[in-house]
Amino acid sequence: MTMQWKLVCKQSDLVKGAGVAAMVNGQQVALFYVPEAESQIFAISNWDPFGKANVLSRGLVAHLQGEWTVASPLYKQHFVLSSGKCLEDDVTIPSWQAKLEGENVYIAES
Amino acid sequence: MSANSPLSTKKPRLVVVGNGMVGHHFVEQIIEKGGHENFHITVFGEEPHLAYDRVHLSEYFTGKGAADLAMTDGTLYDDNGVQYFTNSLVTEIDRDNKQLLLQSGDSVSYDKLVLATGSYPFVPPIPGHKRDNTFVYRTLEDLDDIRDCAKQVSKGTVVGGGLLGLEAANALKNLGLETSVVEFAPRLMPVQLDEKGGSVLKEMIEGLDVTVYTDTATQEIVDGESSFHRMNFADGTHLETDLILFSAGIRPQDALAKQSGLEMGERGGITINNNCQTSDENVYAIGECALWNNSIYGLVAPGYTMAKAAAGHLLGDESISFTGADMSTKLKLLGCDVGSIGDAHAKSQGCKVFVYQDEIQQSYRKMVVSEDGQKLLGAVLVGDNSFYDTLLQYYLNAMDLPEQPQSLILPAMDGAPAALGADALPATASICSCHNVTKQDISDAVANGAMSVGDVKGITKAATGCGGCAALLKNVVDNELLSLGVEVSTDICEHFAFTRQDLYNIIKIEEIKSFAELLEKHGKGHGCEICKPAVGSILASVWNEYVLKKEHIVLQDTNDRFLGNMQKDGTYSIVPRIPGGEITPEKLIVLGEVAKEYKLYTKITGGQRIDLFGATLPQLPEIWTKLVNAGFETGQAYGKSLRTVKSCVGSTWCRFGVDDSMTMAVDLENRYKGLRSPHKIKFAVSGCTRECAEAQSKDIGVIATEGGWNLYVCGNGGMKPRHGDLFATDLDRETLIKYIDRVLMFYTKTADRLQRTSVWMDGLEGGLEYLQEVVIEDKLGMCSELDAAMDYVVDTFQCEWKTTLEDPEALKTFRQFVNYDGEDENVVFVEERDQIRPATEEEKQNLIAKVG
Ligand code: SRM
Ligand SMILES: Cc1cc2nc3c(=O)[nH]c(=O)nc-3n(C[C@H](O)[C@H](O)[C@H](O)COP(=O)(O)OP(=O)(O)OC[C@H]3O[C@@H](n4cnc5c(N)ncnc54)[C@H](O)[C@@H]3O)c2cc1C
Ligand code: SF4
Ligand code: FES
Repeated sequence: MTMQWKLVCKQSDLVKGAGVAAMVNGQQVALFYVPEAESQIFAISNWDPFGKANVLSRGLVAHLQGEWTVASPLYKQHFVLSSGKCLEDDVTIPSWQAKLEGENVYIAES
Repeated sequence: MSANSPLSTKKPRLVVVGNGMVGHHFVEQIIEKGGHENFHITVFGEEPHLAYDRVHLSEYFTGKGAADLAMTDGTLYDDNGVQYFTNSLVTEIDRDNKQLLLQSGDSVSYDKLVLATGSYPFVPPIPGHKRDNTFVYRTLEDLDDIRDCAKQVSKGTVVGGGLLGLEAANALKNLGLETSVVEFAPRLMPVQLDEKGGSVLKEMIEGLDVTVYTDTATQEIVDGESSFHRMNFADGTHLETDLILFSAGIRPQDALAKQSGLEMGERGGITINNNCQTSDENVYAIGECALWNNSIYGLVAPGYTMAKAAAGHLLGDESISFTGADMSTKLKLLGCDVGSIGDAHAKSQGCKVFVYQDEIQQSYRKMVVSEDGQKLLGAVLVGDNSFYDTLLQYYLNAMDLPEQPQSLILPAMDGAPAALGADALPATASICSCHNVTKQDISDAVANGAMSVGDVKGITKAATGCGGCAALLKNVVDNELLSLGVEVSTDICEHFAFTRQDLYNIIKIEEIKSFAELLEKHGKGHGCEICKPAVGSILASVWNEYVLKKEHIVLQDTNDRFLGNMQKDGTYSIVPRIPGGEITPEKLIVLGEVAKEYKLYTKITGGQRIDLFGATLPQLPEIWTKLVNAGFETGQAYGKSLRTVKSCVGSTWCRFGVDDSMTMAVDLENRYKGLRSPHKIKFAVSGCTRECAEAQSKDIGVIATEGGWNLYVCGNGGMKPRHGDLFATDLDRETLIKYIDRVLMFYTKTADRLQRTSVWMDGLEGGLEYLQEVVIEDKLGMCSELDAAMDYVVDTFQCEWKTTLEDPEALKTFRQFVNYDGEDENVVFVEERDQIRPATEEEKQNLIAKVG
């Protein structure tokens, strides 16, 4: 199966070292732009399953024990940006592959 | 008098002449060693007081009383059978009969005699030097006289621009006099400073409105025309002044030695050997009156060592002797740092010199090194003493200099910090020169169970003299604890092996302006939600830059990033500043209209202001545009910064009010509103002791009194309530603000991340008293730094919302979605008591069911 890439926004819409929210196929996605990370762009769900609100794009990016994560702004649980896995609890939120090509930001439609 | 009457004791008689700092220390030493069991001890002092802290004499002008400065109230003497007589001048020694003669006419016999007569101020015999309104600066009585005179006049002049002269000039300035200093030599502090250092210091002092005349000889003092005196100078010019203070050096008080034929130096001083014995083996001399190896030591630390040596020798312990002392000094003169170490004048054979000068920051530093560049021989510092401790250790311990010795005086650049780590010091390194405490003594104390700086202070007395070694002591103690495997991990997180306080100092000293720079130089990895906001907050405390500046944006927690408080559903609350809770009807209407337009939930907060809830991300800039246009500023309800200054109406309206608490509250709120701190800060001001503003439960509480304002600090409501401590009473407005500035800045500088002032105070070694010493008495010599830091924050205040609204880049981040104009459908409100509130999960299900 070939991967379908969907253009989401421009690089200039992103904030270096932090997240922004996007709407992709009716779903809220949190896009993080981390220039120091190998893949540079990460996409996870914007929904915080603990706080029950769409806020993860507004959390702080934290690098913990070698993993890029975001700390939820509500109750501070960490989610791994590449996998959506929660570090504090047995929960995984949706995540997507994402890439930066030239000026364009894409995420993979699964 | 009873000293004269024969005593029914067979113990030999030990008499001490002089009860100054060193004479007193001698008595302490003898008692500590049990010598009061061996000797019948008698002390005579000429002054009306028992020994007091002459080193801190100037503090007599800044709030300390004689009792505060006293080194003993006599209890120690009484408890150990030491007889003492004040107001008792000894006029003669009859060494053949081992008798002393007193001014009162009494005589006293001795077996062993200790002379601790100190020194007297030298007054140059200029014609007119005995006129009225001329003074010296040595005793409490001198200061009383100066204060009395200063009340009547407006201009004061100090003759002598040495260390003491400048200290005296500072005192005159503090007494409100227009102050001048007249120095005979071509520069200030000729003994300690070289020409360049002296001239930098002169410039700094002139910047403080003290007129400095160097290279100026006074020929005569006569009646003035506009002032009480006129000083005529050798070059034909003159100076009119009301008060003259001579501080032209000290001379050893050796009159008794001369009279009794003890051996003396050519230029005075009582000659002593390493045991502090004079030419008569039964007579000792210690302190400033003693001459050892042709040197007089005009500092207290060498005097203490002499006292120890003499006491030891008298009791048959020769292990301690006096073999000279280091005369390096560091001090703050009129707020200017000055340090001088060893061969400041580069007189050693073949020595080489490094010099660093910065005419913008006004600082000058010189290092004198040995011909081979290996050892430090001396140094001069003007403007910044942060280099002193490290240099002094290199000098005292003759340690090999690093490969690039100049790094020791250069401002910190890339690469390793030049400061000497405690572990690099040899065991013999002297850490506290006042009490002669070495690194080894500290290791021993720690090995024997001392677990903190406080414990070590108690055991070794280190840092309880001039206090100059406090920072170094802490380093050494921490280092010792660490080497014993005691986990003192105060690391802020896995990215920085530092405490918040360390990071604060690093950022300040190395002038670090961004998180990236700090991480590169001192951290590892990429940072997390602990260190990023903490560093963001420190950067804001120190440099006060716009928090949403590009490089800072990623450091800010959500609330700080979007300048609002995130609520449970992801919307934000809006809290404009309402200083002191005072608001005009017009502004109240604006708030009402904005709330109505955007359908916001409106509530009066517990902090006397108004909170508007339920704004979405894109609404924040729109709403704030309206508020800023109506004259509101951000209330920083989201920041670790000043929240509110609560106030009662005070004397303007209230029949009991004794002062205008309202104006005070508004002014305080406006002063501190920009300060970013380790945690939030709350104030309150009450107009009288009925305390309607609950000031005693705030970080800073101010209560009006008949005599001014009482200041309470470190109170807390919240999870663990704590009453504030009464810090100072009856302050005038200016002093009140000065103290608040310093308390807050000291807190900002030293507290841990997210530590309220209450918890900080509870953990502060020395507690309230220590804080008072730091803030009121400038014990750490850092008040001017604190003052400047606060002034900077006050001067650079900007309303973050106003700045944000002017910055299109920053505004971009307030979009709900980067690729879509719709709203967050999960944000659903229902009505309750005529206002909105977030819907519960169940309500949401029902609403969706209805619609769908
Ligand atoms: C709005 C307000 C309640 C109200 O409706 O009245 C409030 C709301 C919050 N308080 Fe508070 N506190 C409010 C007055 C107080 C007071 C009363 C006061 O200031 O006189 C206290 C006790 C006094 C004190 O701080 O010593 C108070 C003690 C706390 C604490 C406990 C602090 C402590 O040291 O124990 C927290 C938790 C914290 O800061 O870690 C807290 C935290 C919060 C947070 C930030 C909780 C959060 O993360 O959401 C709330 C933010 C609400 C928002 O979006 O604005 N709030 N909070 C009050 C805002 C005052 C203002 O105008 O700025
Ligand atoms: C304003 C000021 C600031 C200073 N700052 C510092 C500083 O920062 N650091 C530092 O190390 N040093 C400082 N010093 C110097 C320090 O105070 C002295 O080194 C120290 O006090 C010397 O102690 P002493 O006991 O030898 O002399 P003193 O303290 O002068 O005591 C001698 C005592 O003997 C009495 N006496 C003299 N003759 C007789 C007699 N015949 N009979 C009876 N009593 C007699 C005198 O009245 C006096 O009370 C400062 C001094 C002053 C004045
Ligand atoms: S008391 Fe608790 S619930 Fe109420 S405002 Fe304060 S933090 Fe929120
Ligand atoms: S050096 Fe003065 S107290 Fe330690």
